[in-house]
Amino acid sequence: MTDAGLVVRADGLSLRYGTIRALDEVSIDLPTGCSVGIIGPDGVGKSSLLALIVGARQMQEGRLEVLGGDMARAGHRARIAPRIAYMPQGLGRNLYPTLSVRENVDFFGRLFGERQQERAHRIADLLLATDLAPFADRAAGKLSGGMKQKLGLCCALIHDPDLLVLDEPTTGVDPLSRREFWTLIERIRSDRPGMSLLVSSAYMEEAARFDHLVAMDAGKVLATGSLAEILERSGAADLDAAFIALLPEEKRRRHHALNVPPRDTAFDAENVIEAENLTVRFDDFTAVREVSFRIKRGEIFGFLGSNGCGKTTTMKALTGLLAPSSGTTRIYGHKVDARDMATRKRIGYMTQSFSLYSELTVRQNLDLHARLFDMTPAEISPRIAELARRFDLEEVLDSLPLRLPLGIRQRLSLAVALIHRPEILILDEPTSGVDPVARDIFWQSLIDLSRIDGVTIFISTHYMSEATRCDRISLMHEGRVLVSDTPEAIREETAAETLDDAFVHHLKRAQGANTAPVTRKGLAADQATAAGRRRAGFSLARLLSFSWREALELRRDPIRLMLASLGSVILMIVLGYGISLDVNNIKFAVLDFDQTVASQAYVNELAGSRYFEELTPLIDHADLDQRMRADEISLALEIPPGFATDLERGRSVAIGAWFDGAMPMRADTVRGYVQGMHLHWLTEQVRQAFGDDAVAGNFTLEVRYRYNPDVQSLAAIVPAMIPLLLMLIPATLAVLSVAREKETGSIVNLYVTPARRLEFLLGKQMPYVVLGFLNFLLLLALAVVVFGVPVKGSLLALSVGALVYVVLATGLGLLISAFTKSQVAALFFTALVTIIPAIQYGGIIDPVSSLDGMGRVIGGVYPTSHFVTISRGTFAKALGFGDLSGSFLPMLALVPVLVVLGAIFVRKQEK
Amino acid sequence: MRLRHVLHLSLKELRGLLRDPLLMVLVAYAFTLDIYVSATAIPGGLNRATIGIVDEDASPLSRRMAGAFLSPYFVPPAQIDIAEMDARMDAGFDTFSLVIPPNFQRGLLAGNRPEMQLNVDATRITQAFIGAGHIEAMINQEVTGWLARDAAQPAMPVDLALRARFNPALDPAWFGAMVALISAVTMLSIILSGAALIRERDHGTLEHLLVMPVTAAEIMTSKVLSMGGVVLAAAALSLAFMVQGVMGIPVEGSVALFLVGAALHLFATTSMGILLATIAGSMPKFAMLLLLVLLPLEILSGGVTPRESMPEAVQYVMLAAPNTHFIALAQGVLFRGAGLSVVWPQLLALTLIGSAMFAFALHRFRTFLR
Repeated sequence: MTDAGLVVRADGLSLRYGTIRALDEVSIDLPTGCSVGIIGPDGVGKSSLLALIVGARQMQEGRLEVLGGDMARAGHRARIAPRIAYMPQGLGRNLYPTLSVRENVDFFGRLFGERQQERAHRIADLLLATDLAPFADRAAGKLSGGMKQKLGLCCALIHDPDLLVLDEPTTGVDPLSRREFWTLIERIRSDRPGMSLLVSSAYMEEAARFDHLVAMDAGKVLATGSLAEILERSGAADLDAAFIALLPEEKRRRHHALNVPPRDTAFDAENVIEAENLTVRFDDFTAVREVSFRIKRGEIFGFLGSNGCGKTTTMKALTGLLAPSSGTTRIYGHKVDARDMATRKRIGYMTQSFSLYSELTVRQNLDLHARLFDMTPAEISPRIAELARRFDLEEVLDSLPLRLPLGIRQRLSLAVALIHRPEILILDEPTSGVDPVARDIFWQSLIDLSRIDGVTIFISTHYMSEATRCDRISLMHEGRVLVSDTPEAIREETAAETLDDAFVHHLKRAQGANTAPVTRKGLAADQATAAGRRRAGFSLARLLSFSWREALELRRDPIRLMLASLGSVILMIVLGYGISLDVNNIKFAVLDFDQTVASQAYVNELAGSRYFEELTPLIDHADLDQRMRADEISLALEIPPGFATDLERGRSVAIGAWFDGAMPMRADTVRGYVQGMHLHWLTEQVRQAFGDDAVAGNFTLEVRYRYNPDVQSLAAIVPAMIPLLLMLIPATLAVLSVAREKETGSIVNLYVTPARRLEFLLGKQMPYVVLGFLNFLLLLALAVVVFGVPVKGSLLALSVGALVYVVLATGLGLLISAFTKSQVAALFFTALVTIIPAIQYGGIIDPVSSLDGMGRVIGGVYPTSHFVTISRGTFAKALGFGDLSGSFLPMLALVPVLVVLGAIFVRKQEK
Repeated sequence: MRLRHVLHLSLKELRGLLRDPLLMVLVAYAFTLDIYVSATAIPGGLNRATIGIVDEDASPLSRRMAGAFLSPYFVPPAQIDIAEMDARMDAGFDTFSLVIPPNFQRGLLAGNRPEMQLNVDATRITQAFIGAGHIEAMINQEVTGWLARDAAQPAMPVDLALRARFNPALDPAWFGAMVALISAVTMLSIILSGAALIRERDHGTLEHLLVMPVTAAEIMTSKVLSMGGVVLAAAALSLAFMVQGVMGIPVEGSVALFLVGAALHLFATTSMGILLATIAGSMPKFAMLLLLVLLPLEILSGGVTPRESMPEAVQYVMLAAPNTHFIALAQGVLFRGAGLSVVWPQLLALTLIGSAMFAFALHRFRTFLR
């Protein structure tokens, strides 16, 4: 039933996140070899649809066929993964910021199993074609938005896909880069006519570039067809208008044409916001360079530019979030000072991304901000009601923001920014991704604020249609303001047809020499190699590519690396010297009612021992009680009156001894010492009274302390510290590696590439195993050289044990990270399941066999107990492999268990 | 600093915590099951020690001795032969092995003073120490008891009445529960305040706060109050329902005084969490720093081994750690019934450490926000 002419065929496809329907019965057929644009604002289900198509997200309802097979079947997904390339939404979201441009592309090449020579060749071609060649060694995180997207494209094209899927590739990219990007795409398509292209975009003006369009809203397909067809059907002049015409009646009703009344120039003498030669530098990077402007009261001042051009930094300097490196910023003629609370109250600020508290409801968010701006409770509720009415938030007041559509969220942000009636509004890209209707409603509010309330508005945006509504605009590029004037004047000055063209003109002039033409190579596919590498099944090469990348990332974070290795050394030294398993310096005092030589002799039996330390004698029972409660003494002896005389006459005497039971471990030892001392004293008394024969035992018990004849704490502790540290540090290092990828989004590379879960996990584990083993060698050297605890047994057995143990520790970390979503939870989870079990149930202090209850069960399974046996066996008992097989086997048995569990919990698709 | 701001920001933090279900489950686990398992696992003195007996005598006396190794002090002794002995000790199966030579009973009766041998695995220091003394005393008693059927031995009528105070049965679960509770309090408060701060900065909500008329001190105080408050409440509930309720451990002193100490301890640890977060800056580094701080706090503060047995330098350094004082205070109040007049030095120390930690963290926090 597959149709050779279709690349994607969806039938009744639905997707639900909790109670929200992201996709609602979507049915589309997309032809092969075409470029298809999926058009619609943010949050309408575009990304969800693309994620289903590339297999990144698990299907729920309906049918979906991609490249001639059912996407619900894992086998088909694995087969077609090498034929699909996917670039997710967000600038460089699937890239690795600490890796260089070349390394990023190289990693994707490795994932798709390309040989080194072929890779080098293709990387060179791709970087040349995308003009990234001069930046091959720059870290991906330091690229501009447009360059990140080009790099993303290189990474997607390295394996020569049949279906290229780009999710909002141009959002957040400046007009010039956007044009360059589309030129690049056109060239790629002409080089590879067979490739299908599927792109989503929130920019309606880009729609004309595609052969075929799919317009979406609220999880539903509004219309499909070519641009001309859609325009014809809706009878609109452009797609923006067509989109609004296609919307359901209820949404459309709220829309009306926007009107910008002229500004009252009465306040022009007053400069509300001023910047003079503002410069902001971070270390060696200048984000904002010599920027100057003056904004008048009630003006709407627009700021345009690509991501990373310095817009946000300028805004932060205006709000006092950042101190300028040089130059000044003034608000109402006062120099901006971060500590000036009065000025902060005059400003309303809305950040780029939604940064209100997602855990608070709409009302709670408004209320919290009102209170923080010191509004009185009497003012607050009418103000919230007023804003809710004005921004149409009444029905959602008790909802959580994340459950709301983006357009409403933006209105909430604006309402929050306005709650305290600020005179200045600073808005950082408030409308990016908002649908045209919502955007126009939003702008109407801004216009009313400016024209009616006289609020000064400083706004940054990506949309040219919005720029034309501003009173004045500035174009920013690489930290400089290129031009600043009214939109009309800017357009006329460059004799451009549209504002967009005028900006491209300015950007080109600014870049100047940079755009010297480079000879570009064609990007035609190398079919011979492409066919050879499409193999399914487990691949060691892919596993190693994950290891290579993880190791590179680790190497780029030297502080973490240093903490990991030096940390274990410091801990070993501190804990090795600090822990003392023998109990000594026990403080005791005597309540001596006898005060004779005999009683003194009894006391001296204790006081002379190195385990005890005698403090000033007790005065009475109250003193005894008081000093014991204060933990001043752990033992109190009471010698009754008449002790000496009774002893002499052979009358029975009772000596009282109280010891502190609060810490049972110490108490037990104290009891043992006191009993032993008493017995010894008794023997001496008998000897004095009846002669040597009377005390000679009938037998002797020879006690041999083996392995550690001097019963030294250090010799026992050091071999036990190594297992403890080798559990905690490698597990903690490994646990964040997967949880982090989930938070930053690069986990998507596992979902959409041919990589298998085992390859991913084992590949990631490898560098941590190596690091863990190096850690072991370091600790071993420390034990032998610094602590002087020699390895009497087989060094090889100890090393092999350490290797297996480190595999288990990192495996445990990866397992935890596979099923936790946030790094905080992953960290807490790891601390809970490593620190306490390793210290208490691992046999470090008490042997596992002596534990009670669940603790003994945990201890028996937990690898620490087995490695403690191996470590003590090889350090102190001179043992080798044969003697320790009983400890190796359970550890080896655990390895596959952890690996399988990890592979089960890591998902190959997002749920 | 305005208290109203602090109050509203604290409420915000609390609402945020309540919406992370996995974290709440982990917190619940840490304060219930984790404490229970860990407290009941610790052996009290000699517990379930493993011993192998090489009985080459096979006499009524040797059997009587073997029968004396009773639960819960010992697991039933393994009857082994001399050839197995070393291997079993090497593998860690037996901590002790007792060798009773051939003709031991006969030699004893003949007055030949025969010799027995006790092998002790001295790498297991704690059990080795307590156990060897215990076994010596036991065997002495058994042999003397067996011989006493025939003749009376000269003895001195001096009795030693040894009594343990504050925990008469020396039940290790009492102390264990307290240490586990304190460990959960410390670990959770540092992770919650520190990791949450890093997350908030990553998500951009911290920046949003900064454009409002609130000061860094207000933000930090609200974090300390809310995170500390949650952990304090969890600790109070755990003490009442888990420790006193389910585990039935009696509390001698004032629970209120213990909670005052816990609050001061939390003041210090939450500040420490924020301090670590500002030093680390990113989650992987925070994780490493956390281990570096948490392990000494757990192991060297007197909860695992007695403080007075540690080297003096370590004792002094650990005086700067809040755990040291809190464990001393908790022991005193919970078990010894110590009152304010006894534990005021610990309260004072916790206040000082907390204030210093808070001031330093606030200083770092201010630069962290820039």
